[in-house]
Amino acid sequence: MLHDRLDLDLWRGEVLGVVGGSGSGKSVLLRTIVGLMEPEAGSVEIFGEDIRALGDERLREIEAGWGVLFQDGALFSSLTAAQNVALPLREQLALEPPLLDEIAMLKLALVGLPGDTAPKYPAELSGGMRRRAGLARALALDPRLLFLDEPTAGLDPIAAGAFDTLIRDLRLSLGLTVFMVTHDLDSLIAICDRIAVLVDKRLIIGTMTELLHNPHPWIQAYFRGPRGRAALGEGGGQAVG
Amino acid sequence: MHADEAGFDLQAEGDALVLRAAGRWLVAAAEGLDRQLRQLDAVAAGTRLRIDLARVDRLDTVGAWLVLRTRRDLEARGVVAAIENVAADFAPLLEQVARSEPPAPEQREAGPFDAVLAALARLGENTVDAVLEARGLVGFFGIVVVTLSRTLRRPARLRTVSLVTQMERTGVSALPILGLLSFLIGVVLAYQGADQLRRFGAEIFTVNLLGVGILRELGVLLTAIIVAGRSGSAFTAEIGAMEVNEEVDAMRTLGLDPIEVLVLPRLFGLVLTLPLLAVYADFMALFGGMLMSWAVLGIAPPLFLRQLHTALGEWTFWVGILKAPFFAATIALVGCHAGLMVSRNAESVGRLTTLSVVRSIFLVIIIDAAFSILYAQLGI
Repeated sequence: MLHDRLDLDLWRGEVLGVVGGSGSGKSVLLRTIVGLMEPEAGSVEIFGEDIRALGDERLREIEAGWGVLFQDGALFSSLTAAQNVALPLREQLALEPPLLDEIAMLKLALVGLPGDTAPKYPAELSGGMRRRAGLARALALDPRLLFLDEPTAGLDPIAAGAFDTLIRDLRLSLGLTVFMVTHDLDSLIAICDRIAVLVDKRLIIGTMTELLHNPHPWIQAYFRGPRGRAALGEGGGQAVG
Repeated sequence: MHADEAGFDLQAEGDALVLRAAGRWLVAAAEGLDRQLRQLDAVAAGTRLRIDLARVDRLDTVGAWLVLRTRRDLEARGVVAAIENVAADFAPLLEQVARSEPPAPEQREAGPFDAVLAALARLGENTVDAVLEARGLVGFFGIVVVTLSRTLRRPARLRTVSLVTQMERTGVSALPILGLLSFLIGVVLAYQGADQLRRFGAEIFTVNLLGVGILRELGVLLTAIIVAGRSGSAFTAEIGAMEVNEEVDAMRTLGLDPIEVLVLPRLFGLVLTLPLLAVYADFMALFGGMLMSWAVLGIAPPLFLRQLHTALGEWTFWVGILKAPFFAATIALVGCHAGLMVSRNAESVGRLTTLSVVRSIFLVIIIDAAFSILYAQLGI
């Protein structure tokens, strides 16, 4: 068993960061929430509705109301970046092709991709660009709720920082609620309102300040380790002495 | 969604026009809004136009973009446009979209010969592709031969475990399907042959037809086609999936030669296995033919075997089996080459797998025809 009696509420408009050791089931939690995996017990409610009790049609409506960014983007490799972004729009809405193209270009521009990325295939894009194109696809239908699975993993610090800024800006302007699995301490500090820590099959949830005072050894090791101190700006060198 | 709730009306107020947007300016309403907003093309240059957003209930990125695009298009035509009464909630969104507004798409009129030109361009592309691919295959054959000669000098480098695995997968597991199909082909051939030859009272020559037809051509050709479908496709898909996963690149960085590790065991495995499979197919087809001759023509097995013995020349069996290693090498090379050609997307695995099967069957039949000419020249 990976999770035991988890209890998690995501509030409207907040950015929640989920952290935990390797194999603690962060991604499994995300996949369960978006309905890719079935929980053995318990329920998942989204916008106040139990997703497992919903009919197909209502479920599809709900799915159109959220966006999911997988690790490394999960772009469809046989479609160009612009076609990837246009796909959910084309499936959900009846739009004329020229308008569809313009909206796809807008979405790519929103996530900071230059216009010449649009006709490129995922294999021709760098990791950071794929991630951004994946985000553009997740945002295609202007969802209110966004799930991100390790959005900054494997990006260089500049690209990761830019991604953080992007999420923060989009959240302000689009009023997004964000559920973000991440290991990036800088992201946690920069954009997360609350942090949920998966330890001992449970979730410990709190703001950064609350968690820093949590006595749990794993949490202390995570936030008070050399990298945590560096990210918190406590000056690694001094603390060692 | 309430697509019909979004809209605007245009009124003259003093010397200016006022566009009052109302309702939910969301992506779901984009189609209708886009069409309506195109009517603004009629607004004359020099007019002052105010875009009033006071009555907009909801706005998303596409709605915001439509507002901004309208202003941009109007300004480009010399209309003095301004956006006003933006709700506090919408201000950051408009700002964000304005910052990243994509440039206006380039409009290009379709020329009258576009379709013809596109068809010609495609024809040219396909021709160049075909030539390049043929050259690639020949080049690949060369690389394999070079690697092969290097490996044969140090036979210890031959990967025996991999070789045996390949032989099992391409050979042993093909036995049931190949046996069944060959048996049925033998049955069908005997039945059809008997039907025709009976008219001349020459039923006994059904045995000659079976023996020569199966041993010289059908047995080995059938085997090659089934193996191309079963194993050639598997080679492409396996190596292609590794290529997608960057495993082949990883192999190169570890100092392993993909040709040696991936191609040679498959090539050797198939060259050793296919002749054996062909012998088995010959046997099963003759067995099917023998049973059918017994049932339809009353030619008992001892008589069948005696007639078969007189029907077959010294070379009949070898003429068929000699072709098997060539077919095997063709199938393995085409399959592995297609696998290594896979680019990093899922579609290319499927496309190249199909291509590999079609191409190897095509080449097998071409080679078979070449052998027929060769044998005719040699008089066997």
